[in-house]
Amino acid sequence: MSTHEQHSRAWRRLLAATAAAALTLAAGLVPQQATAADGNKVLTVAVAQSVDSLSPFLASRLLSTSIHRLMYEYLTNYDPEDARAVPALATKWEPSPDKLTWTYTIRSDSEWSDGKQATAEDAAWTFNKMMTDEGAATANGSFVANFRKVTAPSPTELVIELKKPQATMTALDVPIVPKHIWEKVGDFSEFNNDKTFPIVGNGPFILTDYKPDSYVRLKANKDFWRGAPKFDELVFRYYKDQDAAVAALRKGEVSFVSGSPSLTPAQASSLKGEKNVHVNDAPGRRFYALAVNPGARAKNGEKFGDGDPSLLDQRVRHALFMAVDRETIIDKVFRGYAVRGEGYIPPRFDSYFWKPADGQELAHDPAEAARLLDQAGYKKNGDGKRVGKDGKPIDYRLLCHATDPNDKAIGQYLQEWWGELGIGVTLDCLDNVTDPWLAGTYDLAFDGWSVNPDPDFVLSIHTCAALPATPKDTGATDNFICDKQYDDLYAKQLAEYDPAKRADLVKQMESRLYDLGYMNVMAYPNAVEAYRTDQIESITTMPSKAGNIYGQDGYWSWWSATPADSDGSGDSGSTGVVIGIVAGAVLLVGAGVFFALRRRSTAEDRE
Amino acid sequence: MTADAPSAPAVEAAAPAVREPRARTTRYLRYGAGKVGGAAVSLLAVLVTGFFLFRLIPGDPVKTMTGGRPISAEQLASYRREFGLDLPLWQQFTAYCGKVLTGDLGTSYQFRAPVIDKISEALPNTLVLTGTAFVLYTLLGIVLGTRSAWRHGGLGDRLHTGLALTLYSVPSFWLGLLLITVFAVGMGPIPGMFPTGGMESGGEEGFAYVLDVAHHLVLPVITLVAVEYGQTLLVARSALLDEMGSDYLTTARAKGLRDDLVRRRHAVPNALLPTVTLIFVNLGRTVAGVILVETVFSWPGLGGLFYQALSVPDLPLVQGLFLFFAGTVIVMNTLADLVYPLLDPRVGR
Repeated sequence: MSTHEQHSRAWRRLLAATAAAALTLAAGLVPQQATAADGNKVLTVAVAQSVDSLSPFLASRLLSTSIHRLMYEYLTNYDPEDARAVPALATKWEPSPDKLTWTYTIRSDSEWSDGKQATAEDAAWTFNKMMTDEGAATANGSFVANFRKVTAPSPTELVIELKKPQATMTALDVPIVPKHIWEKVGDFSEFNNDKTFPIVGNGPFILTDYKPDSYVRLKANKDFWRGAPKFDELVFRYYKDQDAAVAALRKGEVSFVSGSPSLTPAQASSLKGEKNVHVNDAPGRRFYALAVNPGARAKNGEKFGDGDPSLLDQRVRHALFMAVDRETIIDKVFRGYAVRGEGYIPPRFDSYFWKPADGQELAHDPAEAARLLDQAGYKKNGDGKRVGKDGKPIDYRLLCHATDPNDKAIGQYLQEWWGELGIGVTLDCLDNVTDPWLAGTYDLAFDGWSVNPDPDFVLSIHTCAALPATPKDTGATDNFICDKQYDDLYAKQLAEYDPAKRADLVKQMESRLYDLGYMNVMAYPNAVEAYRTDQIESITTMPSKAGNIYGQDGYWSWWSATPADSDGSGDSGSTGVVIGIVAGAVLLVGAGVFFALRRRSTAEDRE
Repeated sequence: MTADAPSAPAVEAAAPAVREPRARTTRYLRYGAGKVGGAAVSLLAVLVTGFFLFRLIPGDPVKTMTGGRPISAEQLASYRREFGLDLPLWQQFTAYCGKVLTGDLGTSYQFRAPVIDKISEALPNTLVLTGTAFVLYTLLGIVLGTRSAWRHGGLGDRLHTGLALTLYSVPSFWLGLLLITVFAVGMGPIPGMFPTGGMESGGEEGFAYVLDVAHHLVLPVITLVAVEYGQTLLVARSALLDEMGSDYLTTARAKGLRDDLVRRRHAVPNALLPTVTLIFVNLGRTVAGVILVETVFSWPGLGGLFYQALSVPDLPLVQGLFLFFAGTVIVMNTLADLVYPLLDPRVGR
């Protein structure tokens, strides 16, 4: 065979292969999944976290607790407008004059999905189980720690007696389960509620199917007392890789993507120009702070850990924070997707939001920071390094989460800013920060919490009561802070049932915490998420004016989501499968034919 | 068979030939016993290492598990009792060994489920993905590798080895993301044809389910095959190149056999041994899953489970998976050792 003939054959084969590939590719148009094959409207949400347990007595991850919000009613819910307590399973509630007994009226129009009535007896059984069974107290035990007795005098009346007054009685985030189903459970510490479907519940959605690390499928509860959700099905689909989840949104395979906890600035920016995609850049519920080891100690007075003693000086703590340029952090690290940090509670919870007064604020002022350090006796040596009382240059260990790029980036800024003050910083970026944290073997750490509409929990973690009993135990403490003045205010707010007065006490606590300087809030990262407008027409955010969608306090987002009319998304999933399979098969056959031809040609060439 | 094959010597040799297979069997059994014994020792070493290695991680696993959650000292003590952490280390170890022998790998901290259940949940998924990829990249590697060697130095050889080396050096997660962007989301005239992740859409049954899984398999399998076939190709190629100058090939050619037959019937079988080693090693790795590919494509397999176990860290799950992965590799290597003498009688003498 001549060289010319060989070339022309090669070209013919190449052309044939290209044509086959083009035909294959042209055959498939992107199927999207807002409408299932049976015409059901399906809302698909991309999630990054796997479910730890479907038992509300064990689950602690955000995804699992969000799903429980959809499966079971709680006594109360939070208004999406302003997060105040609104009726849920309970229609009203009232404390006794001595503040120690709360009586809840349970609604009579809430049914379990197996047709039985949901009653006060179910609620009493749920709380009693948590109070008496250690396994059942795993996830929500802290909610019942102050309960003396819980009874159901009638199907519509629930009575909770307390050991001491507790203002958080309208914020009991405990899913109420059906007694007639759950009383059959033997060991609550091992029962994961993930084998028999559908799972009996009374929330806006009924869980019908679950495959670990694949998906959680819920069906709309048409009999839900507040009204049925508008989508027929809600599917949480698991994406381990955030970029793949964003790709799925871009394609329309999922209707919503949030992130863990947020989309990165790069992802958000790239989605902003996308057709049919709305990026929801909402005020966040988290704070991002710098925590200082205040000298780890236990309730029995024993000290442990090895925090740098210089940090016990308030002036040093203030100096460190005054060297932090929060604006730069917002601009350069969060790329604008965050708000400058002030007090302990983010501004979206406006009744509790507090800002330091003018004279009180630790504004960015490196010169003042240097002056404070000088005043505290930490002067610079000949090398320009500040030395501790032991005569050695100060070098703080800063605990950071290896998986959080923000920690690393901000850590580098701190190294620079504090370096200018003459203070060294070693970044300890670890996968597991919990161990050194609990052992108190750190000087400073990046800290952050999601705040609930009722701020009790994030306030409680700085009380002396939250310290571990002995160094060997684990307390609920975040950072070993223990301050009598703060504790007194905490006790007062917990016993204060008047919302305005309680808010005032909470602000005083924030002010005290700010002055102490052990917790310096640098930023409130925004909740950045995105959804497809050709699949979701409208959805309730929380707060409703400008708020987030994923991980709300309540079921508002998914319950309220309205499907878009546009049917541009309406191809069936199975068509996609067929097209994909055909495409794959054609490619494989094509490859086979190519090799066969090639082999024959080499045999011919030899002859 | 050639016409002048002598028949008489064959009869004379009949007597020793009867004894010879028995001797060979004995030799093989001795060789096999040695290999199996070695494997048992390795497994024991893995058991010991796995147990003590993960206990070197500083900190208290129960504190880690409950970190950030308010918990009373009584609850803490009860967790310690529940997971056997209140016992001295040697007692924990003997209890662990006893349990492992009965197939009990403990209970996962984070999922509150037996480790063995979590592994058996994820194992079939991993086998479907990496098993399919394994078959494809092994075949592709051997076919292309032997062809490249046979015509070494030619355009095809240079093209195949070049491409294989390039793909072998490409990070699998990057290639996976690229395939997602191009073939799952769609780019330019190319429509998105495949799912962006996961193993199934959910809600499908019977044949529709099989089709659905196959649809989800395409991109992750292509990623794995693209990244993995190069290794087999290179090993098969170099093994065959070593055989290329052998006299028996010249003889075969001299007999007038077709080139293709010489390659397939004579050269390739003799060059297979190093490739077999690689195949078995890869088979062991197949069970371990490929963490990055499983992550990019959100495949619910063992790789992803291991990642989750490490990030907590979920000690029983990490330990169980470590034992399972290492055990599989050891078993596969032992199987390779046991197969060698069957392929090449010189091995094991």
